[in-house]
Amino acid sequence: MLSEDARRSVEDSIKKYSQKKAAVLSTLHIAQKEKGWISEETIEEIAGILDIPSIEVKEVVSFYTIFNLRDVGKYHIQVCTNLSCSLLGSRHIVNYLEKRLGLGVGKSTEDKRFSLSEVECLGSCGTAPMMQINEDYYENLTEEKIDKILESLGHAQK
Amino acid sequence: MERYLTKNFDVQDSETIKVYLSQGEGYKAVENALKKMTPEQIIDEIKKSGLRGRGGAGFPAGLKWSFMPKDNARPKYICCNADESEPGTFKDRQIIEKDPHQLIEGLIIGAYAMGVNTVYIYIRGEYASQAKILQNAIDEAYDNGYLGKNVLGTDFNIDIYIHRGGGAYICGEETGLMESIEGKKGQPRKKPPFPAGYGVWGYPTTINNLETFSHVSHIINRGADWFKGIGTEKSTGNTLFGVSGHVKRPGVYELPFGVSLKEIIYEHAGGIRNDNELKGVIPGGSSTKILTADMIDVRMDHDSLMQAGSSIGTGAIIVMDHTTCMVRVGCVLSHFYRHETCGQCTQCREGTAWMHQIIARIEKGEGEIEDLDILLDIASNMEGNTICALSDAAAWPVQGLLRYFRDEFEEHIKQKKCPFTDSFLV
Ligand SMILES: Cc1cc2nc3c(=O)[nH]c(=O)nc-3n(C[C@H](O)[C@H](O)[C@H](O)COP(=O)(O)O)c2cc1C
Ligand code: SF4
Ligand code: FES
Repeated sequence: MLSEDARRSVEDSIKKYSQKKAAVLSTLHIAQKEKGWISEETIEEIAGILDIPSIEVKEVVSFYTIFNLRDVGKYHIQVCTNLSCSLLGSRHIVNYLEKRLGLGVGKSTEDKRFSLSEVECLGSCGTAPMMQINEDYYENLTEEKIDKILESLGHAQK
Repeated sequence: MERYLTKNFDVQDSETIKVYLSQGEGYKAVENALKKMTPEQIIDEIKKSGLRGRGGAGFPAGLKWSFMPKDNARPKYICCNADESEPGTFKDRQIIEKDPHQLIEGLIIGAYAMGVNTVYIYIRGEYASQAKILQNAIDEAYDNGYLGKNVLGTDFNIDIYIHRGGGAYICGEETGLMESIEGKKGQPRKKPPFPAGYGVWGYPTTINNLETFSHVSHIINRGADWFKGIGTEKSTGNTLFGVSGHVKRPGVYELPFGVSLKEIIYEHAGGIRNDNELKGVIPGGSSTKILTADMIDVRMDHDSLMQAGSSIGTGAIIVMDHTTCMVRVGCVLSHFYRHETCGQCTQCREGTAWMHQIIARIEKGEGEIEDLDILLDIASNMEGNTICALSDAAAWPVQGLLRYFRDEFEEHIKQKKCPFTDSFLV
């Protein structure tokens, strides 16, 4: 169930549109921010709030890549591997993260703290290579910088 | 050369209305437009200025605005396109982060000119912190009477809402964007009908890129003739060039249309890293055809790039030095389009998958020489007869690479491996 606060934000979003259904993306963002991912139960709840069949919510969740359909780690690390980042070593960044976290792309650590994905261009091409962790951008990445970021997220040094 | 879009970018707190108003011209354009100009006069001024869309296609903005029905019998909408998903492009984001009020002014003036009372800013979902900055700016504009009911005491009402996307390139296409606003999958619609007749929820709608709207207040403040005096005859004004890749100073540069690509790379962006040799440049975002090092005297405007066999696109310049393996470039780009096709049209769905498969195979050293003509066949099949332009956008980079770097593809096939040992990895 979504919290009271989340329900209030959803009500505010609905007011932006002439049709309730249009608020489905906003609602999914609100839900993902609170839960970390979108479960079957959340889909049913959203369908109920917006008065639409749950299949219409499902269609949207599976079309838009930003929504997680499974329980990802607390910190979802997404490395851009599109051209400008690739040119400046994003493959190396992915390899380094795999090594530091001991996990492959598309996987989560056992303690569910971290998961790792490759994503398309995130609009930080001038500060490549870059990654996004949950909502935050980390740019001009180097190994040292990654070490510091992981440390700040509670991942001990090697 | 005067910068007007980015002139306050270095000012402390430039995203706040306080700083914006203290800079002299802040919200003067809205004041003048609403109190001294008729909607027709505004559209004429924008037409006269020659302002062209900055989202990729370069359509004249004033002309687009004039397609909107003049009567107010039904609701009308503006959608501001801040999806910014064309690889290499990172300019709209800078306006949001550093000077969002000039955008809001442009949106108010556009809405007044087209008789619109509701504006949606469609911002890509990943721009979470940018959405917050923008919402703060919108809230400030409401608090100061520039948005809401009876703007500045006139009888004009306007609301601006942010709509966050969900990580799909196709939602940057204008009809995919409208579907997405309606809360559906972002699958493009067949055109016609065009948005000005049948847009969001079937109502008349105008979609422009975020940067396009950001030029408007400056045109209103200083006149169409001033704007026309910047750039070239058919590409007027300054524009934001985003430079990335193997340059010393990547970043966004505000320069007049018509500046040479060489000047952008070697003067503004500081030249190639380690003073390496230049090999190729993608001049306008991932969808535009690559240029070779000996073509960089080209002027960066719509006509000149068209003559050079490419396109100015979003002004996103991706620079590659001599270490770069062009087959790998093809691999990365074709992967992107394969991932982003919405799948409605067979040529696009299948074509993007085949192209990526074949190029990846060539990169691994498992390609055949026939593959190159097959690639070109697929590409030409993908052009021109699909619902939206993503299919063309996927075909062009491959055609461009095979036009100028066919020898590198052949070398991979002959040697049965990638010969570029120093290239970036995929
Ligand atoms: C696949 C595809 C993706 C697009 N992505 C964007 C985008 O992210 N931002 C944008 O402004 N225009 C994008 N466009 C262009 C829009 O369809 C539309 O032409 C543009 O927003 C109109 O604004 P303008 O005339 O001010 O350029 C895209 C087009 C296609 C075919
Ligand atoms: S061209 Fe491609 S992206 Fe565009 S509608 Fe057809 S399948 Fe979808
Ligand atoms: S290519 Fe990585 S952010 Fe654009």
